Amino acid sequence: MPLQTEPRLADPDALYEALMQAHRELDEARSRRLDARLVLLLANHIGDMDILREALALATQGDKP
Amino acid sequence: MTATHQNPRYAFRRPAALGSAMPEHARVVIAGAGVVGLTMALDLARRGVASVVVDEDDTVSFGSRAICWAKRTLEIYGRLGLGKRFLEKGVTWSRGRVFFQDQEAYGFDLLPEQGHEYPAFVNLQQYYAEEWLVQACEATGLVDLRWKTRLAGVQHNAHGALLHLTTPEGDYTLNADWLLACDGARSTVREALALPFLGQVFRDRFLIADVVMHADFPSERWFWFDPPFHPGQSVLLHKQPDDVWRIDFQLGWDADPAVEKQPERVVARVRAMLEGASGLAAPPFELEWVSVYTFRCRRLERFRHGRVIFAGDSAHQVSPFGARGGNGGVQDVDNLGWKLAAVLAGEAAESLLDSYDAERILAADENILNSTRSTDFITPKNGAAHAYRDAVLQLARGHGFARQMVNSGRLSRPATLHGSPLATPGGEGLPLGAPAPDAPVLVAGRADWLLRHIGADGRFTLLCFGAVPAEVPGGITSVLVTDDDRPGALWDHAGLVARRWQARPGDALLLRPDQHLAARLHAPEAAEIAAAHRRALGLI
Ligand SMILES: Cc1cc2nc3c(=O)[nH]c(=O)nc-3n(C[C@H](O)[C@H](O)[C@H](O)COP(=O)(O)OP(=O)(O)OC[C@H]3O[C@@H](n4cnc5c(N)ncnc54)[C@H](O)[C@@H]3O)c2cc1C
Repeated sequence: MPLQTEPRLADPDALYEALMQAHRELDEARSRRLDARLVLLLANHIGDMDILREALALATQGDKP
Repeated sequence: MTATHQNPRYAFRRPAALGSAMPEHARVVIAGAGVVGLTMALDLARRGVASVVVDEDDTVSFGSRAICWAKRTLEIYGRLGLGKRFLEKGVTWSRGRVFFQDQEAYGFDLLPEQGHEYPAFVNLQQYYAEEWLVQACEATGLVDLRWKTRLAGVQHNAHGALLHLTTPEGDYTLNADWLLACDGARSTVREALALPFLGQVFRDRFLIADVVMHADFPSERWFWFDPPFHPGQSVLLHKQPDDVWRIDFQLGWDADPAVEKQPERVVARVRAMLEGASGLAAPPFELEWVSVYTFRCRRLERFRHGRVIFAGDSAHQVSPFGARGGNGGVQDVDNLGWKLAAVLAGEAAESLLDSYDAERILAADENILNSTRSTDFITPKNGAAHAYRDAVLQLARGHGFARQMVNSGRLSRPATLHGSPLATPGGEGLPLGAPAPDAPVLVAGRADWLLRHIGADGRFTLLCFGAVPAEVPGGITSVLVTDDDRPGALWDHAGLVARRWQARPGDALLLRPDQHLAARLHAPEAAEIAAAHRRALGLI
């Protein structure tokens, strides 16, 4: 199964808000650790290295100037 | 000299060749009497091959170097007759703990199952290993150990190499048919052949202190990330024999080695660590040895250059997290010894030695990959790396998946020789090229170990489950494993041989003299066995 990029969340705004909420009081270092924990937890949940590599490639591309 | 150990001094013996105009001749010369060179000489001697070993020094290794000897190394030393000494003198361990800041993140066990002759690890100072190797080499009568003999020049040619040797009583030359370069990370042979030794240096420094004290820490490997007593850096604690404890302090790249080695400074660090780790006042202790290291990973492009062959640190260097340096070198020897002996005996062509290159480069790359990954975890290179490292450690406390990502060293494991040119494809079960797993057996009612019956006679072994094929070609020792008590057989009374080898009745597994799996046959004809044997000798 390839990486799914079409909309899947019932309430995307709620996810976005939850993320902002989680970072609100954090300094730079804590924010980074929070994101890292989140990535690691989700990566393990996905549990498929091919999909993860695909996501990583897409994410890496996303910041090209 | 240290408080608990005095290095022996071995006498220089004047060789007959000194003063002679003609070069001396030797079939096999080993450059370097370090742990790898000595193991090489002993392995060859056990196969009836004599060697000359030259070393510029007159003693064994000084101070704190290798301490962790892995199960596979212990099995090899078992075959060489030294296994019991390692077990008796060394500190056996298989458990480790990882701490993050002020809490334990998790604990692990490297060998949770029973039924192996040797444990996951034994800790022992490198100088003891080398002393025993010297004694064992001398006892064979086939090893000509030449101390205070520096290899100053090497002229490599098609028939071997002409060696220029320097001694306190003068210089002489020696024609070697084969030169085994075991002369360590700063190899003279490598330089003489102008071979690039490429890789990376890690931008970090480590203070390594050996401390003598009576302490009650268990025989476990303890590793701290960012502990309160050494903030922002890592610390590693290991127990050694003679009440000696190894403590590694990560210092960071900017640390000044000269300053960090000052005894008052080291004592303060050790005291803080002891008090932090136990929550009690530090017991009295004495510094035995202190050094500051920078670590690197690199290797030669090829280990075999005609009749000059590299083994150990001269061929590859790794950072010590994972204890893969010395252990990797001992496995080089295990791989090379039987092959060179077969070539010298005319049983195989010189091209068999190309398989040493293929197999041990694969192993060296595995060691370099693992120790590089560990070093990257221990020394994060930027803010993101730091955040991920700490995130993993935070999650490890509560979640199994993150524990598997904590990397304080992936401890040395033997390489499975995937894609070996010597293996016969086909069959199923244990992967081809795998090192033989040990298991308990009963022999005539007595408790014994499987590995003692594989390769101890220097030959190939056909491990036969249930029945020995009607005809087994010469040069191969057949060993019968049964699930009942039969004369002349190894009784797999616990069923662990069959399970660990994933074997079915009728399987006949061909093992090389170094106990790696060469072929998985089933109820084979003699011709099939012979073909696998010939392939394993590089004859096909
Ligand atoms: C702090 C530290 C901790 C370590 N911990 C571990 C561990 O726990 N487990 C592990 O497996 N490994 C460990 N290692 C690595 C291990 O010590 C080395 O991999 C091992 O010593 C390599 O053995 P060697 O025989 O190849 O080289 P060496 O031990 O360096 O021996 C080379 C020999 O060659 C001789 N020589 C050199 N040049 C010449 C010349 N021109 N002429 C004559 N003789 C010469 C030297 O005198 C020396 O005796 C550690 C290393 C360090 C620094």
